[in-house]
Amino acid sequence: MRAKDAVGRYGEDVATAFVTQAGWTVLARNWRCAEGELDIVALDGDAVVAVEVKTRRSDAYGHPAEAVTYRKLARLRRLTARWLREHDVRAGSVRVDVIAVVLPRRGAAQVEHLVGVV
Amino acid sequence: MLGRTRAVALVGLVGHPVDVESHLAPSLPGFTLVGLPDASLAEARDRVRAAVTSSGLAWPTRRITVNLSPATLPKTGSSFDLAVAVATLAGAGLVDAASVAAWVHLGELGLDGRLRPVRGVLPCVAAAVAAGHPRVVVPRGNAVEACLVPGAQVLAADSLAQVAAHHGAEIEVPDVEPVHDVRTATSRGTAPDLADVLGQEDARHGLEVAAAGGHHLLMVGPPGAGKTMLAARLPGLLPDLSEPDAVEVTAVHSVAGTFDPAQGLVRRPPFEDPHHTATPASIVGGGSGTPRPGAASRAHRGVLFLDEAPEFTSGVLQTLRQPLEHGELVLHRAGGTARYPARFQLVLAANPCPCGNAVGKGLTCTCRPEQRRRYFGKLSGPLLDRVDLQLEVPAARPAGAAGEATVAVAARVATARLAQLARWRGTAWRTNAEVPGRELQARLRADRRLVADLDRAVDRGTLSLRGADRVLRVAWTLADLEGRDGPRRTDVAHALVLRTRGHGA
Repeated sequence: MRAKDAVGRYGEDVATAFVTQAGWTVLARNWRCAEGELDIVALDGDAVVAVEVKTRRSDAYGHPAEAVTYRKLARLRRLTARWLREHDVRAGSVRVDVIAVVLPRRGAAQVEHLVGVV
Repeated sequence: MLGRTRAVALVGLVGHPVDVESHLAPSLPGFTLVGLPDASLAEARDRVRAAVTSSGLAWPTRRITVNLSPATLPKTGSSFDLAVAVATLAGAGLVDAASVAAWVHLGELGLDGRLRPVRGVLPCVAAAVAAGHPRVVVPRGNAVEACLVPGAQVLAADSLAQVAAHHGAEIEVPDVEPVHDVRTATSRGTAPDLADVLGQEDARHGLEVAAAGGHHLLMVGPPGAGKTMLAARLPGLLPDLSEPDAVEVTAVHSVAGTFDPAQGLVRRPPFEDPHHTATPASIVGGGSGTPRPGAASRAHRGVLFLDEAPEFTSGVLQTLRQPLEHGELVLHRAGGTARYPARFQLVLAANPCPCGNAVGKGLTCTCRPEQRRRYFGKLSGPLLDRVDLQLEVPAARPAGAAGEATVAVAARVATARLAQLARWRGTAWRTNAEVPGRELQARLRADRRLVADLDRAVDRGTLSLRGADRVLRVAWTLADLEGRDGPRRTDVAHALVLRTRGHGA
């Protein structure tokens, strides 16, 4: 496993802990299909939330949330729809969130939660 | 999460206060600019972002929406950069929002965070002050211009960091060199003196009359007679601009980008001499989006000199009819309508024929008759009818003596202008040339003998009825120059000669 993949994996763990602490029920992690992958699918109340986790070790190449492009957002939307088709979940509403994780060299990870980006 | 400040949008010479609001939403980072920006304003996004980071401030990772309100007014240019930047910083809580909202911000941002001067600061600041927002931040390069507006509290800044620090940001203000506009050295030096013109007594007198009454002037003569020299000396004979005129003229030059801040308010009548290959757009103004002023507007309250007038395309000459009639130019484009003042004194110079030798008996002229007709035909008609003074400038004689200096003639002109101001007090007219014929007739008809020569010329067909009015106007000016309170029969006869190049009497 390459270093950047390990960082990404750790960021996803941090994000999962973050949403669990917020009282969400995690339904799936790293759900894959032919089109791509959803990092976290969780239930926030009766809302199904697909979460894209973006992790970086510094701000040197921009904030992690800036790396989520419009193309990526469009793909997340398609993936979320496909996930809902393949799973029998009664959703009151659906949305896509982004959780940006910055892992500084020292100190705790900084988590920023951007709600409803699509 | 909302920051707001003010800027000014210019449409023609009229400034409209614009509210700049910046909303920061916790979502994916992005930057949208709404409120009818044009291409150069839409680029503000990239400049502002680079300038903020270069100044040592953190660019907020939020979805930033900047709105320029009223959103229906088309906005153009780079002068909104500073307002967009400080509104966004206020929204991010990096500067004091109340302080930012209390100021008007004008200026373009460089990528290094320095403030660059912009065009049209004078009318912008004037509009802000008139709208009740006297506190204005401008780039250092525009400070002199902004300070010309009475009642403005101007803060001249070198960089965005300095402005942010003024609004309470905790930031180190770097010591940067202020940006000044690069200007080609157009120092006019001293205006040419009338004493340089040798001989040409009649033409000099004609020039004096034109200056005294604000009359339009046509000079016809062979090449080398000194027509261009004479025309260039006309602005020197005119009195200084009044205070409101000076502000208006400076505003036009500020928008046109020809204002030199080192010289302060334009107090001398401007002089514009476009080349005869000029296009209509360059004379009356034009350009994409909101049109910019052309030579006719830059000559507002001054002199527009068309050398070799028949060589101008007829399109250009025809476009001058509207400003000659109304004193302003209204330009309609897709991007909006601009209104620029254009009350200039028109001076035309022409050769008598294409080869230039048809003077006197015209024995050396090599032009065919129809060539000569066509040459002058371009000028004739509606345009020439509006020219009060039509002079023949003969070839200069070698023994011509140096005449009076500009100072002496300008003093007489100033006295004559004062007499006119006193006479037309309470009306909209300031010079004899502006007074309509009806008023002139009403004042002079009492004495029928006075206008007997005129009536005879009209009867003979050498003078149109409108031409007769023009002659009366010039006659008043001649009387003013002599210090009399009304024209005599000799003045009318003299004016008739000046109007008709000696052919009408």
